[in-house]
Parts: sequence; C-alpha cells; structure tokens
Amino acid sequence: MVPEIPLGRWVADLVDFLRDNLAFLFDAITWTISGLVSGLQWAFNFPPSLVTIALFILLAFWLRGAPFALYTLLAFLLIDSVGMWQATMDTLALVLIATLFAVAIGVPVGILAARNALVHAIVRPILDFMQTLPVFIYLLPAIMFFGIGTVPGAVATLVFAMPPAVRLTNLGIRQVDAEVVEAAHAFGATPNQILFRVQFPLALPTIMAGINQVIMLALSMVVIAGMAGAGGLGSQVVRSVSTVNIGLGAESGISVVILAIFLDRVSEALSTRGQPPA
Amino acid sequence: MSKIRVDGVYKIFGDDPDTALKMLKEGASKAEIQEKTGQVVGVNNASFNVEEGEIFVIMGLSGSGKSTVVRLLNRLIEPTYGTVEIDGEDITKMNPEQLRALRSRKMSMVFQRFALFPHRTVVENASYGLEVHRVPEAERIERGSESLKRVGLEGWDNNYPGELSGGMQQRVGLARALAVDSDIMLMDEAFSALDPLIRREMQDQLLGLQSELKKTIVFITHDLNEAMKLGDHIAVMRDGAIVQIGTAEDILTNPADDYVASFIEDVDRTRVIIASSVMRNPRETVGAADGPTVALRKMKDAQLSECLVLDRDRKVVGVVRDDDLARLSRERAESIESVINTDVPRSAPDAPIADLYAAAAETTIPIVIENEDGRMLGIVPRVSLLAALSGEDGTNGS
Repeated sequence: MVPEIPLGRWVADLVDFLRDNLAFLFDAITWTISGLVSGLQWAFNFPPSLVTIALFILLAFWLRGAPFALYTLLAFLLIDSVGMWQATMDTLALVLIATLFAVAIGVPVGILAARNALVHAIVRPILDFMQTLPVFIYLLPAIMFFGIGTVPGAVATLVFAMPPAVRLTNLGIRQVDAEVVEAAHAFGATPNQILFRVQFPLALPTIMAGINQVIMLALSMVVIAGMAGAGGLGSQVVRSVSTVNIGLGAESGISVVILAIFLDRVSEALSTRGQPPA
Repeated sequence: MSKIRVDGVYKIFGDDPDTALKMLKEGASKAEIQEKTGQVVGVNNASFNVEEGEIFVIMGLSGSGKSTVVRLLNRLIEPTYGTVEIDGEDITKMNPEQLRALRSRKMSMVFQRFALFPHRTVVENASYGLEVHRVPEAERIERGSESLKRVGLEGWDNNYPGELSGGMQQRVGLARALAVDSDIMLMDEAFSALDPLIRREMQDQLLGLQSELKKTIVFITHDLNEAMKLGDHIAVMRDGAIVQIGTAEDILTNPADDYVASFIEDVDRTRVIIASSVMRNPRETVGAADGPTVALRKMKDAQLSECLVLDRDRKVVGVVRDDDLARLSRERAESIESVINTDVPRSAPDAPIADLYAAAAETTIPIVIENEDGRMLGIVPRVSLLAALSGEDGTNGS
C-alpha cells in the first residue's frame, strides 16, 4: 500500500501561513496593482468613447497603415454599439498592467537564465508548472491572498502570462550568433557592454515575439480572472455563462476577439519596427 | 624582442588536464588520450615567436588546432599550460580588467564568418572598438569612416551589413580591426568564406595595407597557397602540434615530414619559388670593353653560342652571339659594341618564377636577375624554370 501524503493540507497550511505573516507584502501588491489598473481604466474610460477610438485609429494608422486603421474603426465602433465599451476598456487596462509586470519580471529572469546554467535549470520546471497548472487552481490562492476583485485577477493573469517572456528572452539571448559575441569579447567589451549593446538588441525580435505572446495569454486569462471578480469582459462572459445568455455571450466573446486581434497586430508591428534589413 | 612569444602552450579541453598532459609527455597520441580519459587535446606544446611587422601564418587542416591557437593569444580561450607574452608581458597572468585593456588597445581580430553586428550600420561596426573604449561619438564615426575608406568602402557608411556582399562584409571586418589602430591583428581564416576571386583580391589588399601599416599579423588559414602568398613565416599544425615553422620556401623545399610534404603536394610552386632560388651564375661573361677576339675565345672555352656582356659594375649591357663576334674578328674590329643585343629579359630576385615564364617563352636568352641598382646577381635559363616546376630544381636540400 502506498502511504497517503497530505499534500493538499500542506499547501493549504502554507497559504494560510503566508497570508498571516506576509500580509504587509500582499497589501503593498494590492495597493500598487489596483492603483495602476484603476488609473489606467479611468484613463481609457474618461474621454468619450469616440475620442479614444480616434486615438486607437491614429495608432493603427501609424503602425500598419490604412487597412488596419479601418479595421480599428469598424471593430471598436461595433464594441461600442453593443454596449461593451466600458468592459472592453477595463479589460484592456488589466491586460496592459498584467503584461507590464510579466515583462518587467520575465525579461530579466530570461536574461539571467540565458547567462547562467543553474538559473536556467531552476527556472525551467517553474515555467512548466506555471503554464500547465490548470488556471482555475491558482485563482484560489490569488483570491485568498488578495481577496475578490481586480488584483487577484491581475496577479493570476500575470503569473499565467509570464512564461513566454522568460522563455523567449532566454532563447533570444542564446540564439545570438556566438561569433558576434566573441567579436565583442575580442575587442575588449565588458560583460555589460556585450549584454546591452550586442546581445539584447540582437535578441529583441525574439523578445518582442515573447511579449506578443504574453499579451495574448493575458487576454485569454482575463476571462477566467472574471471569475475572481476582476470585472471587464471576463465578468460579462462569466455572467452570460451562468445565466445561459447567448446574446450576452456573443457580444462579450466577440469583443474579446476584436481586442485580441487589435493587440496582436499592434504589438507585432511594434516588434518589427526599427529592425535592420537582414 | 619578439612581439608575440608563445612558449610551451597547451590547451586541453576537459576537467582533468594533468592526466592528459602526463600522457602527452609520455608520447600518447591525441586520439589515445581522448579515448582513455575523455580529455581533448586542442593544442599540444606550441612554441613560436612572431616578430614585429611580420605576417605569421598558422596553417593546418580543420581540427588541427589552429583556430584555438589564435584564440590563446587574446585569451578568448584560456591556455591550460604555458605562457603567452605580448611585448614581453605574460598575458596568462592578467586580470579581466587588464585583459580587456589588452584586447581593446593592442589587438584586434578578423573572423571567418565576419561576425559583424547586424543591428549596426557599417560605420558603427567599423568604429565598434573605439566605442568599447569610449571614444566620443563624433571622433569614432570619423575614424571608422576613414578606416572604411582605407579598405575601399567609401560611401557605404550608413548601410547595414546585411545589404553588403560577402567580400564587402569582410572589408568591414577588416576596417573594424584597423580602426582601433592596434599593433597586432589576429585573422582567423579571414578570407576562407569568400569566393576565390574575391579572396585573391582581399589578399592583395591586405598585402597592400600591410606594406603601409606594418602591423604584426597572425593569420590562420587552411589554404596553402594563401599561406605561401601572405606569410613571412608559416607554422604548419597537425593534431594540435606545430610540426614545422619556416618561410614559404623552407617549407616547400624542405618539408619537415611526410605530413607537410603531402600538404604541399598541390601547391602552385611557381608562385612560391622565387627567382633568386633557381638562378645560377652564368658559365662565362664578356666584358663590354673586351675586343671581339677575346670575347670569342672566352665563349669557345665555355662552349657558349650566346653570352652576356657586363660593364665594369657588373651591370648587364646585353648579349652577343658567337657568329657576330666571328664576323667582327675577321673584320678586325676593335669593339664588340655594334653587335650587342640590348633586348635582354630582366627580373628582380624576389619575383616568383611564375612571372618569368612569359619572358622565357619568347627568347632563348636566359633571364637576367639583377638587384635594384641593376647589378647582375645571376641568370635563370629556361631549363631551370622547367626543372623548378617538377621539383627537381636543385633547391631540394642542396
């Protein structure tokens, strides 16, 4: 017979312990994230929707030209006309803040992992864990640490969305032509000069592809974050499911898709900007 | 004092170099050591000196350790044992700070696959070394631009490397190395990735630059013809060891062992052997002041039908034929001047014999080898040129 291991109780005890002893830390995180998210939500929702849409169209035109600008116009007008504007802007703010944190943590970790085999060996299984653990499961500790609302949604989202930032940064730095790095060494460059002036710029396209993935994952997570009361499109989706409201489901679902396409194309255009010809 | 002095250097890849070293000293081969201990011998007891201002070529097939050796000189690869001195200073004892200073000020490197920075413009690439030691931007762009001009890339400053052909990219690599104005240039198979025609062009350009700049160059190649063309001295490597060091001619005419001999089998000898090594003294010469009868007697004794005429400074005036002299002698003429044919092929002693064939094809008169003042050093008859081609030219060993 295999002895029973009370793994579940241990984890529950650990969460309780952390909640009791690190309350100040969770408060600080809560305060920071809720402040940033609600500030950005306010910024998106404060102007009349047509003004915000106009700004999006300018951005779209600047990055990709007229066809994408037209898409932006029609897509966001549709969102506005089905009454999903505010929910969409709330979600956009949540995605952007979660992405910001995921990138701010993920890229440096990826750089460390690329330069140090030990860090790489430690980080890899953690990333596997973060990506494959069913997403509902870490909604639970997030709620226990941060309560119900925007913050647990944002935290769960950034944890879920971070791995591509780490992985692709690591990959990008490792893929930089070894001979080019050797050349930098041969000319007497310091490790920092090599990292910031050679490896990082050359890895940038790959890193940007990682950031694009972070954004997409974050957007797919916000629906689930809606279950934690994070608001936005997620809440609309959860509500439509719990009330079997097909109409609301279609409106909120399509809004997610529209936002996803917009963010994907914008981040892709940003990542290919300023690349030298091959 | 030698510019670079490499003394008893080993590079053993693996975690137990001492055992490998012991086995090497007991005469074990590289393959045996690798099989028994898992240690890979990269460089086996290399010692050589590179003098200031020379091109020192290290030649060997792939896997012979030549690219490792060149990286030991700037410690891109750490030597396991032995010393490497640059200007009398042992670089194996330098700390990272000193090492970076050495790399950025004293040495520069050109790479086989160019290793340019694709995200920087051509001029930013060329000035990279200056950026590393923090030369102000305006100055380094100017110096980078100058360096590009020197390698014939004027006007490409603001292009990206990806827009350039292979030959042009390597010129950028060369410009990058020249811009820092270091004494020593390390060139790791710098031209090996280029098309043959471009390669030859680059070799000529390097020689042209070298005659002006007089850098100390360590040049790695697997191409014997390239080694012979560029190298003041050549080291031949095999299995991590240096098997012979010498000038191109030393190696060609006195290969140290069968390995070197097989290596040089298909070299174009005519481009390596120089005129002075196949020339000989004429059997007889005639003085410009000699009368026809004296001249004729000398030629008869030496059994010559044609003979060079020298003035008092041993400068070649021309050539005379025995039948002309006989006629003058019958006519009791005083001087041979009227029958001297001044149309004599001439060459410098350091000309490769390839340059002599055209002249030799046109006339039966031997080619006169003379120094810069025009004094005759010797002659190269046609038959010597043919013999040199087959390797039976008397330069082997004698």
